Amino acid sequence: MVPEFGQMALIVALVLAGLQTVIPLVGVQARREWLMAYARPLATGQAVFLMASLLALTYAFVVDDFSVAYVAANSNSQLPTPYKVSAVWGAHEGSLLLWVTMLGWWGLAVAWFSRSLPLDMVARVLSIMGMVSVGFILFTVQTSNPFERHLPTAPMDGADLNPLLQDFGLIVHPPTLYMGYVGLSVVFAFALAALMGGRLDAAWARWSRPWTTAAWIFLTMGIALGSWWAYYELGWGGWWFWDPVENASLMPWLVATALMHSLAVTEKRGLFKSWTVLLAIFAFSLSLLGTFLVRSGVLTSVHAFASDPERGVFILALLGICVCGSLLLYAIKAPTVASVGRYEWVSRESFLLMNNLVLLVSAFAILLGTLYPLVIDFMGLGKLSVGAAWFNTMFVPLSVLLALIIGMGSMSRWKSDGLSRLGNELRWAFLAALVLAVAAPFIANGEWNWQVVMGLGVAFWLVAATLVDLWKKSRGRLKRIPTLGMSYMGMIIAHLGVAVSIIGVTMVSNYSLETSVKIAPGESAVLGNYRFEFAEFGHIEGPNFTSDATRFNVWRDEKLMEVLTAEKRRYNVSGQVMTEAAIDVSLLRDVYISMGEPLADGAWGMRLQVKPYMRWVWLGAIFMCIGGGLAVMDKRYRARQTRKVALSNEAVA
Amino acid sequence: MTRWLLFIPLAVTLAMGVLFWIGLGKEDKDALPSPLVGQPFPSFEAKALLSGEAISAASLPAKPMLVNVWATWCPTCKAEHAFLNQLAKQGITIVGINYKDDDAKAREWLKAYGDPYDFNISDPDGKLGLELGVYGAPETFLVDSQGTIRGKHIGDLNTRVWQKLQPQFEAMK
Repeated sequence: MVPEFGQMALIVALVLAGLQTVIPLVGVQARREWLMAYARPLATGQAVFLMASLLALTYAFVVDDFSVAYVAANSNSQLPTPYKVSAVWGAHEGSLLLWVTMLGWWGLAVAWFSRSLPLDMVARVLSIMGMVSVGFILFTVQTSNPFERHLPTAPMDGADLNPLLQDFGLIVHPPTLYMGYVGLSVVFAFALAALMGGRLDAAWARWSRPWTTAAWIFLTMGIALGSWWAYYELGWGGWWFWDPVENASLMPWLVATALMHSLAVTEKRGLFKSWTVLLAIFAFSLSLLGTFLVRSGVLTSVHAFASDPERGVFILALLGICVCGSLLLYAIKAPTVASVGRYEWVSRESFLLMNNLVLLVSAFAILLGTLYPLVIDFMGLGKLSVGAAWFNTMFVPLSVLLALIIGMGSMSRWKSDGLSRLGNELRWAFLAALVLAVAAPFIANGEWNWQVVMGLGVAFWLVAATLVDLWKKSRGRLKRIPTLGMSYMGMIIAHLGVAVSIIGVTMVSNYSLETSVKIAPGESAVLGNYRFEFAEFGHIEGPNFTSDATRFNVWRDEKLMEVLTAEKRRYNVSGQVMTEAAIDVSLLRDVYISMGEPLADGAWGMRLQVKPYMRWVWLGAIFMCIGGGLAVMDKRYRARQTRKVALSNEAVA
Repeated sequence: MTRWLLFIPLAVTLAMGVLFWIGLGKEDKDALPSPLVGQPFPSFEAKALLSGEAISAASLPAKPMLVNVWATWCPTCKAEHAFLNQLAKQGITIVGINYKDDDAKAREWLKAYGDPYDFNISDPDGKLGLELGVYGAPETFLVDSQGTIRGKHIGDLNTRVWQKLQPQFEAMK
């Protein structure tokens, strides 16, 4: 009964979304306020019914209702309850339901937090979000119904959740990432609504900023969680693979980052309007593209969902309507909203424009690398996959350039600035970064190479330039820092986060040690100044798996540092074998042990790694999220004086 | 500004759309080239699933065959099983590789759903699967009478896929 209720709720949500698309928009056209006023309650109702539907599916998982085909394929009675819940989004159908439910939540958030917006704007925004909802709920109901029954013969037990997914990482990573993807629909809706109304002003930019930042925070967190999860769960110690699915999340992130910055220019200076709108369209389009690539089977990836041409066609049509429709609207309407205002070659506007270009070029390079195999195949030139080498060659120099720009950009003034002034302010920061970077490999006791010097150099530069800026703005008084405003502090912390991540990436890519050894109990292997002693071998019984386990004593400079247990699990139901790496985590390095294959005489093939500064890669992401959070909380976004804002902007322009 | 410039994003998007449309239509889209095509079937030593006899590459029948990688934990394998039964009835030789599976469960499965296989190679650790570059189950290899691999299909076999593979299979005779 409950699954049928879930399906009904989904269909009701579809109907509400349809009404939400039509009624408010008719209201706007006919200038009928009472029709526009339907937008909020309809969005609320849609969110409630989507939530009910998601809960119904979750219930089916928790009570082991294997008569539901999706539950039977992705769960099992032995599965621990938390994983039964996360199995809801363990495969295509359920994750799509989660996706649309989150779309409902964002609509709900817009409905609740848009009191300061003019009603016709709210009506347009929610109508556009309703349109996106209609598309995706229809997609779910038509091609990917998670409530379909296995009748009349229901299996006794389920096929089990993919063991890869039986992990804390799966509980948190996809929902966070989806929140980010879907959150971009809000900015997209705002941009289209502004285009339709011909009102691309500072007020529009101000409304869009916190929403963009919120979606961006989720996206950042989702990507970082995914990388962290891959690192500890997949057992080979990698944290970024340039897999098409990873790329699918990185592209919207890069464009959303550009969008956050160009929105700042649009709000403060009334410039880049048309460009900002285009970025808002691109950011959401790329998150839809990601959905398409993952779910259509067009590309081969380690974590793409099962391919199904019918789904591919449907989602391609959705993508086509959504992206082409908005770009057409853009092409027609953008000329009416041309920006006025001037800025010099050396100015904050210029630096932000450069930042935008670099970010966009990066996103484009990744898009190219991701789609290239498809193009080659299409031209009949054979099949290939683009490896990490391409992405690194493109991405590394662009990141260096970006870091250099951030350092100067956040220091620069609006409208007009001088290179000599910037040089004066920043030359010590530059020199200090250079000296430190050249010396760093000696301090870290590592091999001297230019990649390290370059990577650390830009990170130090970023830190130094940010601190100089903080020093100047607070005029050297720590007490004044809190008065500089949440947005400013957010920016400082986020930029420091970029530096922290760059340090992590540089160190771990250049100074990781690893070895694969054949080792028997009692024997030792040496790696750097670590000695790994194979202490014992045993078996562990888990709730739904049994595992072979190896215990290692890790000695550093002949002092016992840690006892680590790596496992190889065999899941009872599926029979799949999973490697559970043992990781000793610390701020300056990770020690990583994973089990390979059993060899003769009780020996095992083992993979031993020491990864310096691994945590910094994700620590930087945490900084960025905190920075974003501070920016969202800035009280000026909560002010209701929208009219004043618009007026003051005209004065500036 | 020249207005037509504003239509560039739309044009690029449309071009990409066409590309995806074609990409979707391609049947063999998941098939990265298998480096094993044209190579002899890798040598192996294993046990037959049902009889328990020791078998090796020399045990493969000297006629064109399908080598099908499957497991009881794989839902898609269940979906394709009926079609394999059908193929076997048409006289097509199918050798199974029971991949990363439990022997007892695999035997039960064959009893319950029918056995289309000439014999099954038990590959509990996925060692042979590794040699064959198996991504996951199901996968099917076309192997000729000399034991040379001629083709590979990732995903389930069904009527639609077989229409495409059959000419190649017939050509191996």
